[in-house]
Amino acid sequence: MANEIAIGAAAPGCKKVDPILIADGVVRQFGGLTAVNVEHVEIPRGKITALIGPNGAGKTTFFNLLTGFDKPNSGTWTFDGKDLAGVAPFKVARRGMIRTFQLTKSLNAMTVIENMRLGAQKQRGENFFNSLFKFIWKGEEDRITQTADDLLKRFKLDAKREDYAGSLSGGQRKLLEMARALMSKPTLIMLDEPMAGVNPALTQSLLEHIKGLKAGGTTVLFVEHDMHMVRHISDWVIVMAEGRVVAEGEPGVVMKDQAVIDAYLGAHHDTDLGTMKKGK
Amino acid sequence: MDLISIFSLAGNALISPMTVGYILCAIGLAVHFGYTGLLNFGQAAFAALGGYGFAIATLDFHWNIWGSILFGLLCSMGFAAILGIPTLRLRADYLAIVTIAAAQALRFYVGSSTAEPITGGSAGLSQFGQEFYNLNPLPADLTFNLGTVSLTSGEVWIRIVAWAVVVLAVIFMFALTRSPWGRVLKGIREDEDAVRALGKNVFSYKLQALVIGGSIASLGGMLFVMSSQTNQPSNWGTNFTFITWTILLLGGAATLIGPIVGGMVFFALMTLIESVLGIMVDAGLLPFLAVEQVAQIRFLLVGLILMLLVIFRPQGFSGNKKEIQFNG
Repeated sequence: MANEIAIGAAAPGCKKVDPILIADGVVRQFGGLTAVNVEHVEIPRGKITALIGPNGAGKTTFFNLLTGFDKPNSGTWTFDGKDLAGVAPFKVARRGMIRTFQLTKSLNAMTVIENMRLGAQKQRGENFFNSLFKFIWKGEEDRITQTADDLLKRFKLDAKREDYAGSLSGGQRKLLEMARALMSKPTLIMLDEPMAGVNPALTQSLLEHIKGLKAGGTTVLFVEHDMHMVRHISDWVIVMAEGRVVAEGEPGVVMKDQAVIDAYLGAHHDTDLGTMKKGK
Repeated sequence: MDLISIFSLAGNALISPMTVGYILCAIGLAVHFGYTGLLNFGQAAFAALGGYGFAIATLDFHWNIWGSILFGLLCSMGFAAILGIPTLRLRADYLAIVTIAAAQALRFYVGSSTAEPITGGSAGLSQFGQEFYNLNPLPADLTFNLGTVSLTSGEVWIRIVAWAVVVLAVIFMFALTRSPWGRVLKGIREDEDAVRALGKNVFSYKLQALVIGGSIASLGGMLFVMSSQTNQPSNWGTNFTFITWTILLLGGAATLIGPIVGGMVFFALMTLIESVLGIMVDAGLLPFLAVEQVAQIRFLLVGLILMLLVIFRPQGFSGNKKEIQFNG
């Protein structure tokens, strides 16, 4: 089956036609436990890539490493051709790689619109000396507010504009966090379990929003452990288990991969317990 | 003591330079804790550095008043940098430990015989405010009567200056907190990782907040020592820091006028309680209390009031419960 994303056959660590993020030899150990051990992986540009795997596969840890929130024992990675290993999280974000968190980090004691405004980068008014004089940042603030209102409308949060983020439901907070991440027009948005704890009705609209991001030219990488959720929206799926990339491919194909089934269900799930006993 | 003198004393406590000193320290603490979420338990040290910096620049360097103010500010800024650079990258509790320890270390140091040639040791420094009182434009024979309390020309002058500084500090805070810069601080208070993920240099903002809050506190320290023209290590104990915290929480941590309301209420209340208890002891209504115990017992009552406040009104007098409240 032909695909326009990978060069050659889809296999763990395969080369992509147009990669935006390339990671090599990323290892993170916690004491004796190797949480992440990714030899080589490439994320295709302009696509929706799902990073899936069972609990404890190292997906979130890998996310934290790539975005600078955690330091690897070894490894290098480049984003848009520039080396990104060892770069501080805020600088990673400034380069256009914005992440969200598994446990939503809405800023609860701030209003929804203030949350959104905070997402905009390179604000002159965020400099201490400029901040004292409103005329310096007034125009910029109006533009930011306009962008924020447009995004809120798109994410159907405009009615909540003046509410404190802490008063939103879990699903709405996920939406807010995603909308806030978009304020800076990222090249790559990394969503850590955007669907976790969201009710089914809202899940559908979240999925639509993720598709909408791709249509807007943003590359999406998201973590999910529910394989069926992934099938609907992703162009490419990378499967992690026990810290390694065990499979890659288009969603329909990768779900049938033996390594994936083993990772999710255990390698011996078909083995009859009776025969195991006899064999002993 | 009659009612008029009780209320005169309380009225004077509302506007005294000491109250203003604490109010400015509480405004500084509002920048630290209320807006940025930094747990600074060493506010006394920032105020002390303001007081000592000013006094030393005047007495030893023979600088004029403006140079002395600047030196006091620079001392506390330097202190903020020394404390902040190693600890602000760590979790919030580390700053709390380091600030309380550093404030105590500083107080013991300035009171030691080693530092005596500069700081005056445990006796401290005095008579450094001549130039300030020379600037007084009010007639020298002016007296102002506040009920039974009579204020001299110099005492009126320092009260005017002190409150002018408070007004300027509030305007400064207003400009800062409505700006995008203030928004980043509030974001850091809520969740610094989220703010990091949005591309803000959290460490730099925390350091800026520490320096600015410390500078406001050092102005408070200067006014505090200016009224009596004495600056002693015993002024700057941990109780100074905790009274500042009480004032901040009383008024509301993330508000502009909270520290002012908190400071005025706190000191008026302290004075009222002391007077009322004094009268009751004199009248033999409290046989278990001696007159000299009154000053101590009022701290117990203030502690009780603070507890009730935290239980029933954790956002303080002027705080917004949705925005910030004291939740330990």
